[in-house]
Amino acid sequence: MTLTAQLGAVRGGTARLYLAVARGAFRRYATYRAATLAGAFTNTVFGCILAYTFLALWHARPGLGGYDTRQAVTYIWISQALLVTVAVWGGGFQDDVQDRFRTGDIAVDLYRPVDFQGWWLATDLGRAGFHLLARGAVPTLAGMVLFDTRLPADPAVWAAFLVSVLLAVVVSFGLRFLVSLTGFWLHDSEGVRAVMLVVSMFFSGMLLPLALFPGQLGRIAAELPWAALISVPTDVLLERRTGTALLTGLAFQAAWAAVLLAAGRGVQLLATRKVVVQGG
Amino acid sequence: MAETLTARAAWSVRSWWLVAAMWTRSIMAYRISFTLMLLANIATNSLDFVVLLLMFRHTDTLGGWTLPELAFLYGTSGLALGLANLLVGSIDALGQRIRAGTLDIVLIRPAPALAQLCAERFSLRRLGRPLQAGALLAWSLSRLDVHWTPDRLLLMPMMVCAGTVIFACVFIGGASVQFWWDEAKELQNSFTYGGATMLQYPPTVFARELVAGTVFGLPLAFVNWLPALRILDKPDPLGLPAAFQYASPLAAALCVLAAAAAWRAGLRAYRGTGS
Repeated sequence: MTLTAQLGAVRGGTARLYLAVARGAFRRYATYRAATLAGAFTNTVFGCILAYTFLALWHARPGLGGYDTRQAVTYIWISQALLVTVAVWGGGFQDDVQDRFRTGDIAVDLYRPVDFQGWWLATDLGRAGFHLLARGAVPTLAGMVLFDTRLPADPAVWAAFLVSVLLAVVVSFGLRFLVSLTGFWLHDSEGVRAVMLVVSMFFSGMLLPLALFPGQLGRIAAELPWAALISVPTDVLLERRTGTALLTGLAFQAAWAAVLLAAGRGVQLLATRKVVVQGG
Repeated sequence: MAETLTARAAWSVRSWWLVAAMWTRSIMAYRISFTLMLLANIATNSLDFVVLLLMFRHTDTLGGWTLPELAFLYGTSGLALGLANLLVGSIDALGQRIRAGTLDIVLIRPAPALAQLCAERFSLRRLGRPLQAGALLAWSLSRLDVHWTPDRLLLMPMMVCAGTVIFACVFIGGASVQFWWDEAKELQNSFTYGGATMLQYPPTVFARELVAGTVFGLPLAFVNWLPALRILDKPDPLGLPAAFQYASPLAAALCVLAAAAAWRAGLRAYRGTGS
């Protein structure tokens, strides 16, 4: 075998490995059907409650923030569908890593012949794939039945939305990975995680569209990485971002994804240099 | 009989206290995490209110209610949920214990299982919500021009106590479901956290059927909506008799009976795997 062929085989093997890891994570989450159903129900209940509050607000101020009433209600349902998929709350691989810090198994992860960051990214993409199908579809359908919503008919918009959600998951992973790595210094990253949750819920647009934030705050929020989680994908699906705005939106997400993954890689190098394994 | 009942209640409270104290010591081992989490807890809970503030930058009333009136609902709802969560919130991890087989350990200890499970992983950081909600309630009362009468003064503590009991019963009732359906943990979030979110907004915002469901179905309307109509002198969107506005203790008592029945039925249905 020539050298290039060998390299190609290795690369193919790595891709296959990550695909297997992602598939495993997908199936792992798919195992808990009852929990998924319970979760989707909860998303639907919250969707209903929040949709009514938005209806009241848009009843008082029609066209607020450039959203018509149907778009505002749809915004609630899409954000509920994305909440768990892009892990705005945190969670997913973070729970596993946190446990592994506590038990010391994290040391095993570090000398596996697989990249630490790549491994967890693959599991998180698998998880997100399942959550998009299960916890995304149920609230979206419920919202369509119970309320007057506005979803696009153009398949191209849906395709752009899926790309945007994929990028949102990667940005979210980048943020959560950095939070998890603080465990190397603090032993327990729960506190940092809790702080991150506040920032993430607020600046992602999960609670209120960023367009409703006052002046300067709104402009700053739109440039922060959290805007990539909810704000950009919902605007894509609501067709508020089309043409050039769509491309800049996706580019914005991709840029943050790259920056955060690189930062995660850097911190990981620092962390592994200082790690001390206790006991045997 | 009465004496043994009192003795049993006292023993339950003491068991709860012992377990809670143990967890407090344990969690205090990570002080930085604890402080950050208490602050984050307060901040997380404040987010809902920040959203309300931002909403009120665009409008003066929501469903016919002003910002201080909404803050009153927000404060009373958060106070009731926060206190219930502090006292019994840990019970929602029941399903995990059933799956891991660690419920049996709780059952063989010479202390009431319910008291132990309610205090499990007790953390003072849960004080964040009642503190923040209480502060906002105080702010709203300072801004509102309530026409205080004896019945309104009495309704205030009655509402908070009954509301705490009602939410505590929803926690326990929801956890009882996990005896049969051990993955249902998130289901009860719909009714506890979802319910509390709903109660932060005026009933006029929601569909009448939904509001009726919180009066005659799961009686969350008694936590704050109904007494608030009396205290703030607002019209009742359902047009119910005024007696409903004073009926929170009765609703709480019914909830206790229902939650106790659910818990007993669940515990009786539980079979350990023996592993």
